[in-house]
Amino acid sequence: MTTPRVGFTRAAATLMARDLRLALRRAGDTLQPLAFFVVVTTLFPLALDPQLSLLRDIAPAALWVGALLSSLLALDLLFREDAQDGALEQLALCGVPFQGLLLAKTAVHWLLTGLPLVLIAPLAVSTLGAPYAALPGILSALLLGTLALSLIGAIGAGLTMGLKRHGSLLALLVLPLAAPVLIFGARATALAIEGQPLAAPLYLLGAFAVLAATLAPWALAAAVRIGLE
Amino acid sequence: MLKFLQMGGYAAYVWPCYALTAVVVALNIRWARASLRSAQRDARRRLAGLKADT
Amino acid sequence: MTWVWFHRFGSPPHFYRLASRLTPWFAWPAGLLCLAGLIGGLVLAPPDYQQGDGFRIIYVHAPAAWLSLMVYVVMAVSAAIGLIWRMPVAQAVAASCAAIGASFTLVALVTGSLWGRRMWGTYWEWDPRLTSELLLLFLYLGYMGLRNAIDDLGRADRASAVLAIVGVVNVPIIHYSVVWWNSLHQAPSVMKFGRPSMPPSMLIPLLLMLAGFTAYFVALLLIRARGELLRRERTARWIADALC
Repeated sequence: MTTPRVGFTRAAATLMARDLRLALRRAGDTLQPLAFFVVVTTLFPLALDPQLSLLRDIAPAALWVGALLSSLLALDLLFREDAQDGALEQLALCGVPFQGLLLAKTAVHWLLTGLPLVLIAPLAVSTLGAPYAALPGILSALLLGTLALSLIGAIGAGLTMGLKRHGSLLALLVLPLAAPVLIFGARATALAIEGQPLAAPLYLLGAFAVLAATLAPWALAAAVRIGLE
Repeated sequence: MLKFLQMGGYAAYVWPCYALTAVVVALNIRWARASLRSAQRDARRRLAGLKADT
Repeated sequence: MTWVWFHRFGSPPHFYRLASRLTPWFAWPAGLLCLAGLIGGLVLAPPDYQQGDGFRIIYVHAPAAWLSLMVYVVMAVSAAIGLIWRMPVAQAVAASCAAIGASFTLVALVTGSLWGRRMWGTYWEWDPRLTSELLLLFLYLGYMGLRNAIDDLGRADRASAVLAIVGVVNVPIIHYSVVWWNSLHQAPSVMKFGRPSMPPSMLIPLLLMLAGFTAYFVALLLIRARGELLRRERTARWIADALC
């Protein structure tokens, strides 16, 4: 293991900037998950009767299913190319803490998928006829939930990164692990829309996000290392 | 005996459950044995191959 | 002293011989226990005052559900041991668990669904236990899918070990989240038997079945693990002696 000539923060920042630049360069690919999210959440109302009340009932579920699916879509961007062209190996060997660098990559994934969702939330809230008072609750839930989704998704991506036709396998791996996010997140959103206190699911969501953040660095690094062998 | 088979009217639910369980129990035994046998066969073949090389 | 025992247990030729010898010691008791449990549960136990004879499904549903959870834990723990200490025996044990666990999860789901059909009137209710069983099935399928997709056996062992460890941490959480979610909808929970308050005539056959199925699983494991060990040890010297 070589002694690094740059500190960790510098390395992580450079990595993130590079990933972001690459993602923005292929804006089409990067926007795809987001577009997918918009399409999915629009399809739900279209498939239902255009009665606003039913829409409000479905809205939390549609929002979270859409978030989960679009997060899955974006995971490919995270590791695929770097694994294929050897960049990941270099990162593992360069002497800077590997777990930290992988977390940095996960942060980029969140910036590209989770953050836009959080920003779109006000729009979604208004089109669904939900009260503006619901916004803080929905935003907090989305924030915690998308973070957890990015972390879990990263673990799945790390495990499947060397495999050829791995799309549906990735979904199969991630979905049961992400079920609590779906459950707590949708519940928190529904409560927020109804104007009721949503402390319980929000705390549970937060606890789950913390667990994911604790487990993910180890799991991610282990998975990627195994994949690189 | 008939009363036993009828299970108080629940027969249509109870017996399929037992049948399914019995099938899965038997299948697992077969799979386990088959897996061991094929692994033993492969190991014998590999060892024979080694002997042939030396 | 215990380390010596652990080391010998982990040694492949030792394990292979031990497994061959021990299998009948688990297989036969398994059969006897299950037979006793079946007689007790199907013939001797009186009908439940609420569910009539329908409750007898519990004598296959509960062992299947117990197996589905226990096997996952065994799988995850042995996978972790195999990953950390690079023990082929542990890896062989982990690999042996998946198919058994997944098939009994399916049994638990179908028997639970049929049981529910009679009690609730629908084949599927988002009952907390059924839903967590379903998610557990997905966890098993994901594990098996990942193993299948990786060609190299060693890498498959290690990658699926990571997955199993992440999964086992999640199992209580998934179960809890589903229970919590379901408590809001107050779905009728027929599965809850209030086991302490179960009369002995119903309880004892259940315990017999649980013990029988556990012994059955160990016997299956001992058979499968030998094969998996052979696949991992390839052409090690002990194999020639062991096979004759």
